[in-house]
Amino acid sequence: MKQIFRYIRPFTGRMCLGLAIKIIGTLMDLALPWMLAYMLDTVVPAGSRSNIILLGLLMLLAAVIGISGNIVANRIASAVARDTTRAIRRDLFARCMSLSCTQVDKIGIPSLETRLTGDTYNIHQMVGMMQRMGVRAPILLIGGICCAFAMEPALALVMLAVLPFISAAVYFISKRGRQLYREVQLAADSMVRKVRQISKGIRVIKAFSTQPAEESSFESLNRGLSDKEQRAGIIMGASNPIMTVLLNLGLIAVILTGAFLVNAGVSQSGKIIAFMSYFTIISNAMLVVTRMFIMYSKSSASAQRINQVLDTPEDLERLEDNTVYTQSFISFQNVSFAYGGTPCLQDVSFELEEGQTLGIVGATGSGKSTVIKLLLRLYDCGSGRICLCGRDVRSYKSDELHSFFAAVMQNDFIFTGTVLENVRFGRDIPQSDVTDALKKAKADFVFNDPAGIEKHITAKGTNISGGQRQRLLIARALAGKPRVLVLDDSSSALDYATDAAIRGGLAKENMTKIIIAQRISSVMNADKILVMDAGRVIACGTHEQLLDSCAIYKEISLSQIGGAVLE
Amino acid sequence: MNKETSAKNSASFLRSRRGTIKRLVGYLLRNKWMTAAALILMLASNLLALLGPKISGAAIDAIAPGNTDFDKVFLYCGLMALFYVLSAALSYLLSVLMIKLSQKIVRSMRREVMQRLLTLPVGYFDSHPAGDIISRISYDIDTVNTSLSGDLLSIFASLITVTGSFIMMITISPVMMLIFAVTLPASILFTRYKTKRIQPYFRKRSGKLGELNGYAEEMLSGHTVIKAGSREDFVCSCFNRRNEDAVSAYYDADYHGCIVGPSVNFINNLALALISTMGGFIFLSGGISLGDLSAFVLYSRRFAGPINEMAGVLTELQSAVAAAERVFRLLDEAPETPDIPGALNLKSIRGEISFNSVSFSYTPDIATLRDITMSVSPGQTLAIVGPTGAGKTTLINLLMRFYDADSGTISVDGLPSLQASRKSLRKGFSMVLQDTWLFDGTVRENIAYGSSGVTDEQIKQAAKTARIHDYIMSLENGYDTLLSDEGSGISKGQQQLLTIARAMLSDASVLILDEATSNVDSRTEALLQQAMQSLMKNKTCIVIAHRLSTVKNADCVIVLREGQILQRGTHEQLLASPGFYRDLYYAQFS
Repeated sequence: MKQIFRYIRPFTGRMCLGLAIKIIGTLMDLALPWMLAYMLDTVVPAGSRSNIILLGLLMLLAAVIGISGNIVANRIASAVARDTTRAIRRDLFARCMSLSCTQVDKIGIPSLETRLTGDTYNIHQMVGMMQRMGVRAPILLIGGICCAFAMEPALALVMLAVLPFISAAVYFISKRGRQLYREVQLAADSMVRKVRQISKGIRVIKAFSTQPAEESSFESLNRGLSDKEQRAGIIMGASNPIMTVLLNLGLIAVILTGAFLVNAGVSQSGKIIAFMSYFTIISNAMLVVTRMFIMYSKSSASAQRINQVLDTPEDLERLEDNTVYTQSFISFQNVSFAYGGTPCLQDVSFELEEGQTLGIVGATGSGKSTVIKLLLRLYDCGSGRICLCGRDVRSYKSDELHSFFAAVMQNDFIFTGTVLENVRFGRDIPQSDVTDALKKAKADFVFNDPAGIEKHITAKGTNISGGQRQRLLIARALAGKPRVLVLDDSSSALDYATDAAIRGGLAKENMTKIIIAQRISSVMNADKILVMDAGRVIACGTHEQLLDSCAIYKEISLSQIGGAVLE
Repeated sequence: MNKETSAKNSASFLRSRRGTIKRLVGYLLRNKWMTAAALILMLASNLLALLGPKISGAAIDAIAPGNTDFDKVFLYCGLMALFYVLSAALSYLLSVLMIKLSQKIVRSMRREVMQRLLTLPVGYFDSHPAGDIISRISYDIDTVNTSLSGDLLSIFASLITVTGSFIMMITISPVMMLIFAVTLPASILFTRYKTKRIQPYFRKRSGKLGELNGYAEEMLSGHTVIKAGSREDFVCSCFNRRNEDAVSAYYDADYHGCIVGPSVNFINNLALALISTMGGFIFLSGGISLGDLSAFVLYSRRFAGPINEMAGVLTELQSAVAAAERVFRLLDEAPETPDIPGALNLKSIRGEISFNSVSFSYTPDIATLRDITMSVSPGQTLAIVGPTGAGKTTLINLLMRFYDADSGTISVDGLPSLQASRKSLRKGFSMVLQDTWLFDGTVRENIAYGSSGVTDEQIKQAAKTARIHDYIMSLENGYDTLLSDEGSGISKGQQQLLTIARAMLSDASVLILDEATSNVDSRTEALLQQAMQSLMKNKTCIVIAHRLSTVKNADCVIVLREGQILQRGTHEQLLASPGFYRDLYYAQFS
């Protein structure tokens, strides 16, 4: 919660102003009954018409100040809540984006998503409600207690004797509540995960007709969430009755003590009656305070989840190291890497000069994509060193490192927006370059569309075909005019003719290229081809060299080109 | 088309706020007994709480200086303790009941949403971001829940108090009706007017949060790519725009909503000031006794509290109504057109498939498929090739009946597929798509998905055929390895092999492969094909592929371009004649 308060701090001034106005408004609300009593008890019997009118006008004034004060204060409270939430959400999202891939894998996207919306929403409500409810109740509480003390300290002390019990009850319940609400959020995460899965796999689900199975597995998660919510609700619901009972026991104690005091002639029964009305005020205020505690514990469970993300330590820290290790442009030196205990790369080494083209081929799961992920430092290698321009990639600032590259990844991503926005990807690229890039990527479908580059693309590009998506992604990579172009199997959905045409165009581009491909034809003109198998580089050379020296390469090559038909 | 219907929807929803509330009440009525029990408990606990002050008054009456009747005092205090404990117990029981009731309702709402989602056409998921769907099933239903368990209770409680005071006031003095004449209509009219005005703000608030969730979901899914391109700042600034919209919508709702409470309070205060001033004058002219005036004022004050509270709660209720609307809108989405009455349940499919002048378009003005006629006999392999965007995947969508053709017929074993039940039809096909779908679960569960009662041995055999067994064994926990987040951590090619293994387990007689091996290396694919030969022998296969190795062995190749069949024939026939296919083929050697 502390961190959440840190977000409120900048608005302290505004909040205090709001609270001050709220206090005035509340005082006016409280003054009205007092004026009323004065009117009925003193002014009316006295019979002065002008005084009646005067007091009537004063009451009107109090009512006006009351309404405007309360409205203004409520609005200020909402504004503070808005600004706080905006800031928390902004930072939380920024942190989510800056998390390393490993960290995102660990927390899980569904959980991050609920933290970003559900949990921040809880905080939003809390901050707003606290300010709105947090004035009247304490004023009444403190005012009531003060009045009680002023009238009869002994009775007041008797009444206050229940306070420690109340505090203890509130403490334990809200502590338990925090834990219960945490469990609720965890259950909500699992439910969200399921919904997300189902909405992504609907085709497969329908194809297998497994709707009943999906429905029942959702139902068990639904039930789990509901049970947790119910448990939290039932435990937190106990606070109210406990409080009422304790307060009323206090009242009974007051009457009993009062009875003895009055009997002894130390006090009057009129005082006990007056005491009762204070008591009602105090106990009502107390109930509101309890409600605030419940809300507090609910949102502190959320706050904890938010902080967990905000406080995740940076992994992939920048290394202070300006040593120049090598003269080559890109070099891998004995790099090994394991993902979740499974070794992915072992002792990979190669060098590449600027302007050269590197091809990587190999069986599925041989570690081709991992090479790219390590080069872009999406993960850190376990051992060995990866250098760019001679320097360790870990010594670059993240955006400095990434500014070298433009990559089309296997599970690349197209977002809701126009073609133009998707190609630009938030970079400051002139429209002519976008058009150029689209042409180079042979994305003719864009130009054939009446909307052109303003064509709207749905999330994940569901309204265009797989090959069109790939062309869009290639255009995105080219539009940035990077020093290094990385294509990870990015022509898999392209037909040969298109693929060849794009490759022909790329050959004229004067940039370093790293091309991972299934098709030998995509890499055969590369300056250097790595053949990978089970996380190792088993051969390296040009197409001709490999045809001579590497049996596997030769086999792949022949199987694809189908020389028999050609010659 | 979608836009149009949604616009129509929102217009009709504007009119049907009452409908939404009615539907919500309908959920309550489904649990009549619980609702009734809750109402009774509420009455009882309120009455008991009212008794408390009466008894305490009696206790105090028994107190007198030097002459206190302690027996009476103790008796009354004991009674008070009893009543308060009883009342607290009842009110706790009540809140437990309300929680159970609201959870029951929420649970059935979520269940209904899921049931509906599973019957919606796939097009719904293509056009609605997952994040928005999630927002509806979690946040919106949550809001409804809060309202049901909390606000509803206070509304009932206030209603009881208001009715109670109302009855008391009428019995004491009909003149008191004057107060109603001033405050009640004013409060009610104002609240009604205001809640109607603020409803759109709450609707916007729910909608914007849904959009924010949709965006967050989309961008989190693209996290790796965004990082690789260092586009975090850009994405953050886009997120912040939506965040701004969401918090502003929330603020707007608050801004307009927060008027209601103080205003109703003001109306009451105003009435109070008027009554006391006027009353003062009437008293001076001898029209009313001071005692009556005090009682008058006292009751009107007591009345003000619950009215005030009710106005506040009604405002809160608007957020629930807005959220419920979004949930109901999803529930009201048209499901896949139901199977025709008397649709046949296909027992088994031989695997003869034919398309007869089939045309289809996703959007009315752009034809995706035009006049497609083709057929494949049982056991044969049909390959479909053509440039991207030619409509190949759409053919599969129609065959699987994810969409239905605009015109023409698709027949399976000579029976128009519209006449078969979707479920039995789909059971006859086993499909592997380029976009793999793996879920959080073990490798074993992922492979066995959709097949019931398969043995471990069969799973292993399928994995071996799919050339993924060795890889699975290299994992730390083998077949029990948990795949997380749709298989992140394993390569796309491996994901494809896993889904092929899944299809291997199916005993369907038609196998559909839509670019199923696009990310698998050609050597593995060749081995895979060898292994699949025997499997495919008895099955009809429809294969979409770019790789010629896949196409070469097909019994018939269809060349599709711009939604039309351009050429057809075997690989050799097509190569022999000049045309698109031959150009395509020779493109690889250029």
